[in-house]
This record gives sequence, C-alpha cells and structure tokens, in this order.
Amino acid sequence: MKEKMEVSSNPHIRSKDSTDNIMLSVVIALMPATLFGVWNFGWYAALLIVVTVFTAVLSEHIFCKICKKPSTVRDMSAVVTGLLLALNLPPHFPLWMASLGAVFAIVVVKMLFGGLGQNFMNPALGARCFLMISFARYMTDFTCDAYTQATPLTAMKAGQSVNVLDMVIGRTGGTIGETSMIAIVLGACFLIALGVIDLKIPGLYLASFAVFLTVFGGHGFDVSFISAHLAGGGLMLGAFFMATDYATRPITKNGQYIYGILLGVLTGIFRLYGPGAEGVSYAIIIGNLLVPLIEKISLPKAFGKGGENA
Amino acid sequence: MVKFTFTGGIHPYDGKDLSKDKPIKEYLPKGELIYPLSQHIGAMAKPIVKKGDKVLTGQKIAEADGYVSAPIYATVSGTVKAIEPRRTVTGDGVMSIVVENDEEYNEVIFNTPKPVEILLKDEIIQLIREAGVVGMGGAGFPTHVKLSPKNPEDIDFVIVNCAECEPYLTSDYRRMVEEPEKLVEGLKIILRLFEKARGILAVEDNKSDCAKRLRKLTEKEDRISVVSLKTKYPQGSERHLIYAVTGRAIHSSMLPADAGCIVNNVDTVVAVYHAVKEGKPVMHRIVTVSGDCIKNPCNYLVRIGTNYGELIEESGGFIKEPEKIISGGPMMGFALFDVNVPATKTSSALLCFSKDEVSGAKQTACINCGRCVEVCPGRVVPSRLAVLADRGEKEAFEKMNGMECCECGCCSYICPAKRQLTQSIKSMRRMILADRKKK
Repeated sequence: MKEKMEVSSNPHIRSKDSTDNIMLSVVIALMPATLFGVWNFGWYAALLIVVTVFTAVLSEHIFCKICKKPSTVRDMSAVVTGLLLALNLPPHFPLWMASLGAVFAIVVVKMLFGGLGQNFMNPALGARCFLMISFARYMTDFTCDAYTQATPLTAMKAGQSVNVLDMVIGRTGGTIGETSMIAIVLGACFLIALGVIDLKIPGLYLASFAVFLTVFGGHGFDVSFISAHLAGGGLMLGAFFMATDYATRPITKNGQYIYGILLGVLTGIFRLYGPGAEGVSYAIIIGNLLVPLIEKISLPKAFGKGGENA
Repeated sequence: MVKFTFTGGIHPYDGKDLSKDKPIKEYLPKGELIYPLSQHIGAMAKPIVKKGDKVLTGQKIAEADGYVSAPIYATVSGTVKAIEPRRTVTGDGVMSIVVENDEEYNEVIFNTPKPVEILLKDEIIQLIREAGVVGMGGAGFPTHVKLSPKNPEDIDFVIVNCAECEPYLTSDYRRMVEEPEKLVEGLKIILRLFEKARGILAVEDNKSDCAKRLRKLTEKEDRISVVSLKTKYPQGSERHLIYAVTGRAIHSSMLPADAGCIVNNVDTVVAVYHAVKEGKPVMHRIVTVSGDCIKNPCNYLVRIGTNYGELIEESGGFIKEPEKIISGGPMMGFALFDVNVPATKTSSALLCFSKDEVSGAKQTACINCGRCVEVCPGRVVPSRLAVLADRGEKEAFEKMNGMECCECGCCSYICPAKRQLTQSIKSMRRMILADRKKK
C-alpha cells in the first residue's frame, strides 16, 4: 500500500460515457447514409467522402500543432464534421473544393472559435454555405450517370410530380448522404437507442415543418405533398444529425423545444417562399445564431422554485 | 402530487451485493481511540477531561458548547493520552481527545430513563441532546435542534430517510434487516413530539425486503406508513426525499420544517431510541467496509473513535493494491490520503478501490451535450455554472441559481468530458457563503 493515497473532490466515480465514444457512435450512425450514398452514386462519392474526412482531420491536427497545443483529433469530432460535410455535397463535386470546404469548417468555424464545443455554428453547415456562395454552380449541379433530372424538391418547386417511394428509399438525385430517408432514420434510431440524441429537437422540427406546410403550402393536409417534403432535400439529415449537434443547439430543455419549432418554421419559409428549393442549411444556421438568446429566455427554474416538475 | 421520485438523478453501479448479506459484526478496537471535538455542525464540544484522566465506556468526555453543539462520550475504558489536533477524514487537523484503550471495556452505569409514555416533550429532547445525537446520515446536524422547530404544531410529516442511495453502502440496510424494531420505536418516540404528524419510513425499492418487514411491524400503527421510493441517486437528498414523499418542494434556503417535515436518517432514529429508552449516548456507528480491494467486505458495529486502519485489517486486508480510499459513499464521501483517521458519528462506510476513476480520467473540453442538465436534481445548468465559477463571476453565478446546487455530484459523474463540474460549483458556493457570513 502506498504511503499517501490519491485524493480528489467528490464524486469519486464516473460514468462510462466519453466524448470519444459519443463521436464514434455518431460516425457509426452515419454509416447507413454513407454506404447508401456510395451505392447510389458510385465510387467517386466514396473518394469524395474519404478526401473530405481526411482533410478535416489533417487540418485540425495541423492547426493544433501551429498553436502549440496537444492535437485533439483523437476525439473523432473532426471525422464527424468531415463526414457530415461530404454527405452534404453533390456526388460529382470537385475534390479540391471539398477539401477547401473541410479546411473552412475546421479552421474558421470550429478552431478559431475555441475548438470542440465552442463553435457558434455547425462547422459542416457553415462550410456548406461557404461553398454554396463560392461555387454555386458546382454546389447545385446534381446530375450524374444515374440521375439526369433535377432533384425531387426542384421538380416539385417547378410543379412536377415526384415519386415519394423513391424518395423514401433514396433512389433520387441529391447530395451524397441526404437522399435516403430510410438510411438516415436507421442511423438516428441507433443514436436515440444509445441516448446520444433524443427526439425533442428533430421531432418538433419535423412536426412544426409539417404543420407549416399544411397551413401555408397551398395543398392543405395533402399526405403525399407533405411526405415528399419531409423525405426530400436535406431535411432528414439536418433534423437528426445537424440540428441535434450538441455545441450549437440550446442546452436547456425548453430552449430545445423553441429551437425545434423555430427550425421547422424557418425551413418552411425558405422552402415555400425562398428562391431555391432547399432551406434546411440556412434554417439551422440561423437557429444556431439565435441559440444564446433562446438559452437566455429558457433558463430552467430551480428545484423548489417551481422547476421541480420540469 | 406525490411521485415517490424526483426529476433528474443517476443510476450508478451500486456494488451493494458485496456487503449486503453480511451481518453486522461488533468490532472491539485495539489501539488508541481518537475523538475529534467537532463531529457535528455547530460549536466544537468542550473537553471536560484532562491528560492522564481515567475514563470509562460511556463517560462524557466533552460537553456541548452552546445550543447548536453536541457532547462526546468515551467508547472504551482507558486513559486520556492527549488532547491535541489530529487528522480527520477531511484531511484537516481537528482538536481531539485521544484515549489509550485498556481493552477492558468497563462501562459506566447508564440510568434508564422513565418510560417514554410519561416523559414530557422537553424531557425527551433533553435526553436526545444529552446523548449527543446528531444527523448520522453525514451532515451531523444536532438532532435536538432539528426536533425543536419554531412551530412544532405545523409539522405534518416525520420522515425517516431509509433510502441509502449511495452506492456500496449497506449500513442502514443491515440496521433495517437486523433491528427494525428499534427503528420503529425510535420513530414513535419522535412522533410523540409532534402530535399531528404522520411518520413515514421511506425506503428505496431495491430494498423491498426491508419495506415488507417494516410494513409488517407497523401494521397496527395508524400514524406510521412505509413508502417505496424509486431507486435512484440522490433519492436520499433531504429536499428531494421530501418532494418524493409529500410533493412539497423547498429551495436551498428553506428548512424542511418550512414544508412541515422533519427528516432523520436510519441510524439517527436508532440513536434516539438508545438515548430515550436506554439512556445510552451515541457510542456506535455501523460502518460498511467494502470495495474491490477488500478481502472480506463486511458491516461492522464500530465504536466511535476507532482507527479506520484497524477495520481494514479486520476485513482481511487488501487483495489488490488500493488506489483510492473513501470515507462515506463514492458520490459524497471524502477521499483519504491516510487511513489512520478515526470513525466519527457521521461515518457510514470505508471503501477501497483499486482504480481511481477521477485521477485516471483526463478532462477535455465541454461539448455542451447537456447530460449534466438532464441529471441535475437541482434543475440548474451545471456546465454553465462551472464556467462562471471558474471565472469567478459571483453575481452571474447566483443569478443562474448556482446556490440551488445540492452538491450531489451527478453532473461530474455523468460528464463525458470528465469535467470536475461539482468541484468548481462547490468551491464557488463556499466562497459566496463565506462572503454572506462576513456581511
């Protein structure tokens, strides 16, 4: 026995959860959507994913080295960012542009603001918008060997009809990871089962979006119209994997309710009245920016001061 | 609305199987016994013996100094060796009476008090006060003060905290298994002080055997009922226990009496029984010795003042090199750097672990996951409070309900980034409380 034992402040036990495990589980949860994307769009998509992830990890490592800080790449969060960005890119997007996006996501959006947990905006979405503004033509070109027509949402905006079943399965054009609702929901169920995310934000996001469409969509309660909108574009990927991003969503319970509803309404406005067919990225980014305000008004009441039931 | 639970909380591995079936064994101490003069909240007791005096088991060696204080009794016979500062579980040196044990255990003659039925209320409280009964769940608040609220007629519930929600602890459990009659009798004595009140034995549902036994024992008592609580840490926290049992919620600056409640721990109620029925002072304490390093985990009836080191030897010593030794439960207890400290009135366990889960874990950046908010029974935002605490922003800390934290440790336990949230918040609370005292 040692002469002096280790001491520390209570509590003296810790749960098994760790940041690395959480990030790893998000990567695993994104696998169905990733694999489906590769199967749907071909090997170039796989290359694009690998390059984006690699650049994201490398840029975090180099940034840490330049700042003379221990490298933080082992926590896997750069992998999540790189993967999410890749899943948000068109299948034939140029590699160098994707790499530039990854560097922007990690260095500008994440590391410059303090690294993991400190970023005010989802890094993958920030980069997506950066690429959208910089390379609009490439970012909106979804034609590839398999799909030569417009994406379902663009087709709907132009008044054409779409096949909802194909959209649910994912056999349509779009970004690499957003097309298959089934694959995304499968991964989301895995995260919900593990307790990494819960349904508060995605549930309210989708529900409020559906309500918004019913009221303002001009089709009333049209099941096929609403389900096409729910399955189309980046909504599923955004609702389950980006709106739930820990760092950029409110930490308070009531704040999460407000945030979910806000995202649904914003997405509805952008999709129905905006110039483009998509609106999820911008809705979430604007939501991100409002998080500090939302948290301020949704601070929970303490136990014994009316908050015991909350 | 009564829910028998509260919002938040955690379910750590409870480790109770190691010692829950081990009957209470009396341990007779060998070497010197150390009696810190401060084993309770309030003024330090005043020694009434001097170096060289002979003392008997059960003899008063220090008297209460003021109303919020408690006397201390010798638990062995022998000679007073010294009155000097000795290290206690918190690591501080506290003025203590050191008694060299003659191993004869000669007792004083205890005066059996009058039957409870004819005792006046003041006499009951006086007996409890004289016996040195304090809150034995850990806080050490003098029980006679607790039992003398401003408006005794407003007390609706006398709750016995039988939750024992801390992992590894089985001392209260063994007491309930082996001497439930004393517990019920003790509660009946306290109920004599509050005519209107109902007595409630609140047991967590992982101890349903105890609940059954207690129900059977109290079948004919219309004023006493047994309540099953959901098993969850910190169910034994006073404020959360009151809420679970009565649906009344109090905040940090209110007293249980403000909600018409008085809460006492199992061992405290048994101590009340000994004091009032037998005229015996607080001399013993049940201590669970457990953890993966201990050869034979066990529950001991320990004489207060016994050196913890002796208990480890008595349990067969270590089978693994311990990295961390804790007095009390793993959630709220104190880590010891030296085991040669005495068991006091508030000791409940001595736990020896081969792995130190705290020093072994590296703190990383907060990822804002919100798990601390989900588990916080105080319904505050621990991650944000910890940041404010680390920055020293007192005003913002108080504004964000920092003072409502009950220091249960759930946030540090659950944090995936292994941040020391409780520690930061706790030290900030101490600073603010000290500031308030100054004013």
